[in-house]
Amino acid sequence: MAKKNKEYTYDAKKHIKMTGSDRVMNMGFYLFITIFSVICLIPFLLVVGSSFTAEKALTMNGYNIWPSEFSLDAYKLVFVSGDIPQAYLVTVGTTLVGTFVSMVFTCGAAYAMSVKNFKSRGVLALFIYFTMLFNGGLVANYLLITKFLHLQNTILVLLLPCFCNAWNILLMRNFFNGIPASLAESAKIDGANDIVILIRIILPISLPGIATIGLFYALTYWNEWYKCMLYIDSNHKQYYTLQYLIQQILRQVNYAANQPAEAVGLNSLTLPTYAYRMATIVVAIGPIILLYPFLQKYFVQGLTVGSVKG
Amino acid sequence: MSKSRKKMPKKKGEGVLRGLAYDIRYNPYLCIMALPAVIWFCIFSYAPLVYLVAAFKKYSAVKGLWGSDWVGLKNFEAFFGSKSFYTVTYNTLYLNLLFILSGMVVSIFIAIALSEVSSKWFKKITQSVVILPHFISWTVVALLCEALLKTSNGFINNVISALGFERINFYQNADVWPALLTFLKVWQGAGYGSIVYLATITGLDQEMYEAARVDGATRGQCIRYLTLPLLKSTAIMLFIMNIGKIFNGDFGMIYNLVLNNTMLYRTTNVIDTYVYRMLVESSNIGQSSAVSLYQSIMGFCIVLATNALTRKLDPDSALF
Repeated sequence: MAKKNKEYTYDAKKHIKMTGSDRVMNMGFYLFITIFSVICLIPFLLVVGSSFTAEKALTMNGYNIWPSEFSLDAYKLVFVSGDIPQAYLVTVGTTLVGTFVSMVFTCGAAYAMSVKNFKSRGVLALFIYFTMLFNGGLVANYLLITKFLHLQNTILVLLLPCFCNAWNILLMRNFFNGIPASLAESAKIDGANDIVILIRIILPISLPGIATIGLFYALTYWNEWYKCMLYIDSNHKQYYTLQYLIQQILRQVNYAANQPAEAVGLNSLTLPTYAYRMATIVVAIGPIILLYPFLQKYFVQGLTVGSVKG
Repeated sequence: MSKSRKKMPKKKGEGVLRGLAYDIRYNPYLCIMALPAVIWFCIFSYAPLVYLVAAFKKYSAVKGLWGSDWVGLKNFEAFFGSKSFYTVTYNTLYLNLLFILSGMVVSIFIAIALSEVSSKWFKKITQSVVILPHFISWTVVALLCEALLKTSNGFINNVISALGFERINFYQNADVWPALLTFLKVWQGAGYGSIVYLATITGLDQEMYEAARVDGATRGQCIRYLTLPLLKSTAIMLFIMNIGKIFNGDFGMIYNLVLNNTMLYRTTNVIDTYVYRMLVESSNIGQSSAVSLYQSIMGFCIVLATNALTRKLDPDSALF
């Protein structure tokens, strides 16, 4: 329906003649969008370009969009050097497992809240919504996880604390609210229970919602560095995530930059090369960029449905 | 369907329990479905509240949290008496205000521009591109920034010196950082923020525009007198929602970009980074949790205040 509406808009605009000022304005808008898009895109192009450039050319000319001297050395290093393949495994694993569990938790609670016959839905919504308004903050969470749950230095600390997200659950509920109740009711008369209804009837028609929320969850797992930094020490490097490795590189670079010149000479041997840094970024954001075009049409549609109210 | 069953009682507290009893009896599957999330929130959102007592204790690792001595409000006094209190509160509010306002203006501009652009493929591609930075984590952005901003051979400084200006030493100049952070925030979030505004614009009644056009309004006038006023309520609602979060600094962004560069603390240290550094670098659990609690309480008060305000201005947009 939304699509039809859009086409209609375009027609209306085309059929009415443009005046001179309209044309100038139109150009202005095209120009603005183009410039903003280019600014958004340039960093990515720089990274990709530089990651394929030979180290020598990079130290001489700095980063560049077009590789002046093509080389795959950085990628060879990335894929054989100790840390990254392991971190990749951890990141992919936590993302897959975490997103799945998150979606189960989220859809369950969100669907329950969307069923009109479920008397506790208001209380449940308040229970979840309150956590967005008031939370214990960093230190309370830190104490809970390290002193009570003892999750530090385990892989679980990258998963458990991210299973639910209040905002995502409320957003998902809004999707489910938009589905006519008659669908579920007719299935209920046929004798299906709520779990079957959710899986068989509701989920298949809420694809935009699932794609949107799933993407949000997947991104929180994929972009995880914070919990690594807080809860995993250097004796448990096998649990480091990709993003945390990037932060480690950043720390080394910063550290070297703050040293006096003669000390840098000594440290530069251990410093990751420029191309290596860029190649690390490429492998870290690659999957997002590859998946993005497929999910984009869903989540623009999905986000517009969910104007959240508590 | 539920009419044949017992009616809900009027009293509120009792109603909650009765409702629960009703659901357990008649909606057992829905209860099972909601249970994992409820348990999760109990453990990861409500249980930490217990640990807020650390703010009132002098934490000692030997005695443990529960055995540590109570110190009353000493932790708070130490924080409120220090110079950091003003610096971090000011930085948090100032930076967030910059982020909110600039983000809003650019988002609305992008949304209007995208809605006015008539080429379909152009619109589709540019929309994808401007949203993309939102999905990139700040660790990556920080590493990129280092590459772009460094004084020797950084991309930006190469451009600056090619244009004949003096190279800027970004990582030693605290004064440029509020502007720089704002720019990055807009770069990262404005495209994503425009989705909501664009949705509002596409949802507007198109006949209104046609009527205005037939009456001889230019497109500029349509935007000025139709689109912008109609976007006002969306903008106000989002603004208030963001103001509600004004006490929460963007930890991921600021921490990754600044790391331990003390030269930049003056303008970039926000409550979140201050708490983290105090917790990790000086292991001061008592005082850091006091600051953390101060942040939570202020945040909560701001949400309540903004919501009360919305209720007065526009009851439909109030969050609760």
